[in-house]
Amino acid sequence: MQGVYEERRSLLRAVLAGGAYAAIGPALAAAPAPLLTRPIPSSGELLPVVGLGSWITFNVGDDPVARARCTEVVRAFFQGGGRLIDSSPMYGSAQAVIGHALAQLKIPKTLFSADKVWIGAGARGPAQIEASRTLWGVPRFDLLQVHNLLAWEEHLRTLQQMKAAGRLRYVGITTSEGRRHGEFTKIMETQPLDFVQISYNVLDRDVENRILPLARERKIAVIVNRPFRQGDLTEALAGKPLPGWAAEIGCTTWAQVLLKFIVSEPAITCAIPATSNPAHALENMGAARGPLPDAALRRRILDDVKRLT
Amino acid sequence: MSEWWTYSLSDLLMFSKATYFRLFELHNLALWPGQLLALAVGIALFACLWHGGAKAGRSAALLLALAWLQVAWSYFAQRYATINTGAPYFAIGFALQAVLLLWLASRRQAPRLTEVVGSLGKLALGIALLALLYPLLAPLGGRPWAQGELFGLAPDPTVAITFAALLLWRARLLLWIVPLLWCAISAATLVELRSGQAWALPVLALLAAGARLLAARRAAA
Repeated sequence: MQGVYEERRSLLRAVLAGGAYAAIGPALAAAPAPLLTRPIPSSGELLPVVGLGSWITFNVGDDPVARARCTEVVRAFFQGGGRLIDSSPMYGSAQAVIGHALAQLKIPKTLFSADKVWIGAGARGPAQIEASRTLWGVPRFDLLQVHNLLAWEEHLRTLQQMKAAGRLRYVGITTSEGRRHGEFTKIMETQPLDFVQISYNVLDRDVENRILPLARERKIAVIVNRPFRQGDLTEALAGKPLPGWAAEIGCTTWAQVLLKFIVSEPAITCAIPATSNPAHALENMGAARGPLPDAALRRRILDDVKRLT
Repeated sequence: MSEWWTYSLSDLLMFSKATYFRLFELHNLALWPGQLLALAVGIALFACLWHGGAKAGRSAALLLALAWLQVAWSYFAQRYATINTGAPYFAIGFALQAVLLLWLASRRQAPRLTEVVGSLGKLALGIALLALLYPLLAPLGGRPWAQGELFGLAPDPTVAITFAALLLWRARLLLWIVPLLWCAISAATLVELRSGQAWALPVLALLAAGARLLAARRAAA
């Protein structure tokens, strides 16, 4: 964010020095709004509020055409300022496809790699993590999460050991579609976690009752999966004109509105929409810039989306 | 998956409709000109079903066994496994059915095909013909021809023509289990993908199984 302001100040000084004041208007207007970031509470490290998911969209097997398209999605994501990419061994070929894309892009330095461990036997966790790391082609993961609480006690022990040994930066747990929230909150209350990942969107807001307040209280970063209800929300809203209030928060698409609704909740660190379309990846990153809706506008978004879907 | 009962069908579907159908295109490209051989085997199988009798029944069982093995190995194990972690289990199921068909073909008493005279025979031949025309579903569904699913190379048309043979063999329940299971899995996948052809295989299965049950009831009466 600092960099953008510096850039603008330099531009202003240069133009004024040249006596061409009239030129700065368009130049400043063209400069993008700064990227919205949130700190990871356990470290203070800043993350852009929009990341990239890979469920379904990156499971394209060894299809060279689809892999090239996924690479373009990742390229557009980084060009838009994105950092966090999330995957899982449960997602078929998604890890290998991410690895392919990252290799093509020479592993951007800003990458924040988030993956999961998902295997019933705790003893097999380390081997699965190593296989995942190889597929990504990264020296280590930034974040590893226990996927859907599967064998969570054993896996959390492994992940905490990896973190202590400097082979991992952050540890988390995940759930989706509102599953096992009771057990999830108990783990949040008792275990030292850096991240939790949950499903949250305009129509699925159960986590607002307990999980999000608890995350704030326990200083845990929150990643949001299924922000579009696996495409159902964007599909239902397709073709419906954007209400006038969308312009107030700099949104040009429903996808951006849905993402801004999510990331305007203060407890949320990052939402991870998945897409196989490079243009959509860039469009989603647009939700990480400009103003966010206030409480009143959040209510209007909620009402309008409910009415239109 | 410890909490499998909390998952819905859509949670288990891990690929998109475009990826699923593109897989057939890649499969066809990789196997070309194997389609010509598959078509020849399909026509030979159809001729066996038309001809009827014990010798044709044995040949049909052998041809079908080869088709099921081919689908198990080249489609499920080599292709579908790249996007579906469940594919190796489907490969095992298809290999098992191939073994059952080989056992049927190798029995001393050949599996006799009912001669195509009555409505049951005509229905079976109709199902077999539709199975051979299965690739047409791709252009009919607005997809490229290259994504056509062929008997012997793709599971659904292979299962469809097997229903015709099972009907004409008046086969025991044991031989119907894997085809019916696959029919349920395929239909569920296509329904979740919101594909218009989700109904195709279940309709053929219902016709074949319904006719088989009716024939069994008549025989018992």
